[in-house]
Amino acid sequence: MNKALAFALRRRGRGWHWTDVLTYAYLSFGVLLMFGPVLWLALSSFKTPAALAEFPPTLLPWAPQTVTLPGDTARYPLVTAKGADGATVTMALKRRIGLVAILVDPKDPSKALHVPADSTRPVRRLRLAFENYVDPLKSFDFPRYLWNSVFVTLVATLITLLINSMAAYALAIYEFKGRGLVTLLVMASLMAPITIILVPAYLVVNELGLVNSLWGVILPGAATPTGVFLLRQYMLTMPRDLVEAARMDLASEWRIYWRIVMPLSAPALAVLAIFSVMWRWNDFLWPLVTLTTSDHFTLQLALNSFQGELQVRWNYLLAMTVVTLLPVAIVFAFLQRFIASGIATTGMK
Amino acid sequence: MDRRKLLMALALGAGLASGTPARAATELHMMWYSDGGEGQVMKDLLAGFEKANPDIKVTLDEVPYKAIQESLPVQLAAGKGPDLARVTNLGGLAQYYLDLRPDLKDAAYFDKNFGPFLAWMRKPGDTTSIPGIMTQLTVTGPFINKTLFDQAKVAVPGPGTTWDQWAKTVKDVADKTKTPYPLAMDRSGHRFMALAMSEGAKLFDDKGNPAVIDDGFKAAAQRIADWHKSGIMPKEIWGAVSGSTYRGANDEFKNGQVVMYFSGSWQIAQFAKTIGTDFDWQAVPEPCGPAACTGMPGGAALVALKTTQHPKEVARLVDYLASEPVLSEFYARSLFIPGHLGLASKGLDYKTDNPLAKAALNVFASDVATLSPVAYKMQGYGHNFIVFNAVISRLGQVVVGEIPLDEAYKRIADDIAQQIAEADKKKN
Amino acid sequence: MAGDRKRGGTGAVADALDGAWTAAMGLTEPPMRALQRAIGAARMPWAFLAPNLAFFGLFVFLPLLIDVWFSLTGGPRLFPSQRPYVGADQYRHLLACGNYLDPSTCDQDRFWRAVRNTAEFTLFQVGAIVVVSLATAIALNRRIVAKGFFRAVFFFPVLLSPVVVALVWKWILQRDGLLNAVLGAAGFGKTLFFVSPGWAMFWAIFVSVWAHMGFYTLILLAGLQAIPADLYEAAEMDRTPPWRAFARITLPLLAPSLLVVAVLALIKAVQIFDEVFVLTGGGPGSATLMVVQYIYETGFSGVVQDFGLAAAASVALGVALFGLTLAQLRLSRGKEGAT
Repeated sequence: MNKALAFALRRRGRGWHWTDVLTYAYLSFGVLLMFGPVLWLALSSFKTPAALAEFPPTLLPWAPQTVTLPGDTARYPLVTAKGADGATVTMALKRRIGLVAILVDPKDPSKALHVPADSTRPVRRLRLAFENYVDPLKSFDFPRYLWNSVFVTLVATLITLLINSMAAYALAIYEFKGRGLVTLLVMASLMAPITIILVPAYLVVNELGLVNSLWGVILPGAATPTGVFLLRQYMLTMPRDLVEAARMDLASEWRIYWRIVMPLSAPALAVLAIFSVMWRWNDFLWPLVTLTTSDHFTLQLALNSFQGELQVRWNYLLAMTVVTLLPVAIVFAFLQRFIASGIATTGMK
Repeated sequence: MDRRKLLMALALGAGLASGTPARAATELHMMWYSDGGEGQVMKDLLAGFEKANPDIKVTLDEVPYKAIQESLPVQLAAGKGPDLARVTNLGGLAQYYLDLRPDLKDAAYFDKNFGPFLAWMRKPGDTTSIPGIMTQLTVTGPFINKTLFDQAKVAVPGPGTTWDQWAKTVKDVADKTKTPYPLAMDRSGHRFMALAMSEGAKLFDDKGNPAVIDDGFKAAAQRIADWHKSGIMPKEIWGAVSGSTYRGANDEFKNGQVVMYFSGSWQIAQFAKTIGTDFDWQAVPEPCGPAACTGMPGGAALVALKTTQHPKEVARLVDYLASEPVLSEFYARSLFIPGHLGLASKGLDYKTDNPLAKAALNVFASDVATLSPVAYKMQGYGHNFIVFNAVISRLGQVVVGEIPLDEAYKRIADDIAQQIAEADKKKN
Repeated sequence: MAGDRKRGGTGAVADALDGAWTAAMGLTEPPMRALQRAIGAARMPWAFLAPNLAFFGLFVFLPLLIDVWFSLTGGPRLFPSQRPYVGADQYRHLLACGNYLDPSTCDQDRFWRAVRNTAEFTLFQVGAIVVVSLATAIALNRRIVAKGFFRAVFFFPVLLSPVVVALVWKWILQRDGLLNAVLGAAGFGKTLFFVSPGWAMFWAIFVSVWAHMGFYTLILLAGLQAIPADLYEAAEMDRTPPWRAFARITLPLLAPSLLVVAVLALIKAVQIFDEVFVLTGGGPGSATLMVVQYIYETGFSGVVQDFGLAAAASVALGVALFGLTLAQLRLSRGKEGAT
């Protein structure tokens, strides 16, 4: 083990420099800072509301232990308190009136004990509050929202890949009059985030009859300036002889695009696909405006309804945040190398 | 091949044999938000309706309150929207409501039982339309954490106690029990109005136009500023967000960090559920000022919308929901103060075994009769939300020290005038 | 044996994909070939651009035009034809100010507070992103173990939705949150981060740097890797101290990438909305109110939906962004010319 470590940390031809120490210290701090908050969220999502309200917070999900009393279906918290003889007893907290707690023996509820409320201590044990996940998933039509989200994400990504790669192909491969203007137009649309044109865009979608339809969510964001640029940058690096050779063979322009340029652009297409999936999966404001009935809600919208006006149910909110985060984390775990190299080569988001 | 044809013929025959196919059900969409468990109650009641009316299917679209306040108005302006919606900006959206009077079975029943509330849902000048029913009547008022008073050995002040006395008392309790927040109030202009009217704010001029800034209003605003400065009110509620964003102190109250929480009757159901046996809480009578001891009325209504394609079916649904047995079940299970005069005078048998909740409901129900006439006038005023939002937005800036009170007064008056002008601007 | 079967499996998938690809080709090619015959090969780029441009036109440029019309009209009506024309009133209203440095003297004080906040946010956020991304990229470019892991760690938050990012941090920074617990253990009292204007702005900037720095780090990392290694080897032979090598080699050669990072971050920062909105709600008071939030609140979430004023503000923001993008174009052209 030590040998392996020594091997791993062996410096090529020289010893440890202070900059190496600094580098590792910095990177370790980075790991703590980048992963820590998300891990803390995940840990917290398994706590009961009572444990969440505790300060200072505990690292692990401790939950008060509860018992049932004979002839009663409700569950009562188990507490310890000092009995009349000074010995510590463990009993169920039946009711607290003012400053007095009424404790009963779980086995024999007729044996009651009145003690000052602040002298009782809850009995706690380690328990993962899976109900934070189960309750919200049970109370709404989860499969439908999931399907809506998946449908929007997949269809939108396919359309985005197709039309963006067509535009990128035109801008990268051809010399034609107006190319500069089109490039500028595409660039200009970078500057109109949906938040700014929310109302007029809603108006357009409304006139097209797409309000409260998944297509109204899919279509407006299908043409992305980012996607066009990303693909164009990549296609610019392709050897032009391939295209020229195909033209010599009298292949149609569409065939060149489909059979030569598209397959060669696979890495850039993959990066765009990943980004498109992320954008669509996380999209919130626009679906909130266009989708009005719950049968069309995406997962993000459905989850949002846990934030009521009157109360933020943190236990559910945290659990549902983990649920929305999970697909992203999985995609990331599998594709991170790919994403990283894709961004590095294209330099676009 | 032949076998498949045979099967098809059989299937077709079976279809014909089963008689004329059932008439396609009309689907109605109801946009709904929930404060507590009333969404589930409504679902149960709708199931009963669908059973009795197999030709109508009602879908309850549960959305966050924010969507009712922000998305619904834009949808309605675009001529799209659900068939019915549960709204709180009753007067502000009046132009989009459908008058159900011609399609209702017994319009007189609605006039008799919802009369004063229907006026809140009508456009100025309209005295006849029946746009919907009240899903709840609300009254603002204070809750206290009784256990903290016990621990501090301070007696709970009785009716007639002034705001200033309350402020002193809760500060005393908080100091003795080491509770962080003596007094909390929802970040809402609607809640602030209760204090303002108690201090003597008239809110309207002789012609009925809003004239918010007067000595009574200033006395109330000064108190809010002072209480935040002296730590009686927590900055986290009024200071933590921007503009007219609502923020309540439910979590803080539930966790036993607040001695007195000025909110309203709609909180009762969830307090009953979430506080449980942690501490004793109770609703206390409205605090007083030199002018009055008053809260603000308010409420949510289920209204029919002009965008519906099925006014007849909507009317049938509203007829059903407004009927006494159905509506009383809704109020009783949701723990709401009834917005139905008949049920209010009869009294409701609330479906809770929590004595604290029952006591609190009684306190609020008895507050209804004592509200100041100005309060009802404000609630019935079509642009009331413009006033509420201007007030809270500017006082929020005062609380964090961004602007002085004098500037806030000027800005409140300007904001209100400007927005009302904008709302009334039309093409000639 | 097992390996063979596996290879056979992926081969089958690849064959199926290839088949589908070819089939799609067969379906789409005849009409496209006919089109090419009809309009001629020279006009084909327009055919390729058409769908994308149609979408841009419909969902970006048409709304922008409507927005300009909105900014010249008033009233609460949504349909453009029903809105009364008011000329430049909305702009006059928005820009009326006694002294632009003091929002209290402005007619629309909240807009000018938002402008000031956005400027402050942009300045510090972009500066912090450049510094932190550069430091991280340099650390990742050294000879270290588990390079891929560290790179992944810094990139991870880029993929989270703004709402999730804000909730993660809100949970830590709240009154009874983890940070206050840690500070409490160190002997400090509880700090209410979202009630103090300074802290709220600090965390708004911190969280958005946290969420986005990984992306810029990757761009800089690519830039660093493009610097020829022999330059450093030569410097090492000359016994040049590391900081000097950094100043003489790294910075000048990385300048184009740094510029790209700064400009991209700038354009994003000016449009900041979701994260800060969920994190601070624009508060306390209006200490973290940003321009896009002002537009959203004025045009959308207010009681009176003041589309006209909101549109005027978004046109103003659009003009500012246009200026920034032009600057970026000019700079990137300069960069291309230099290399």
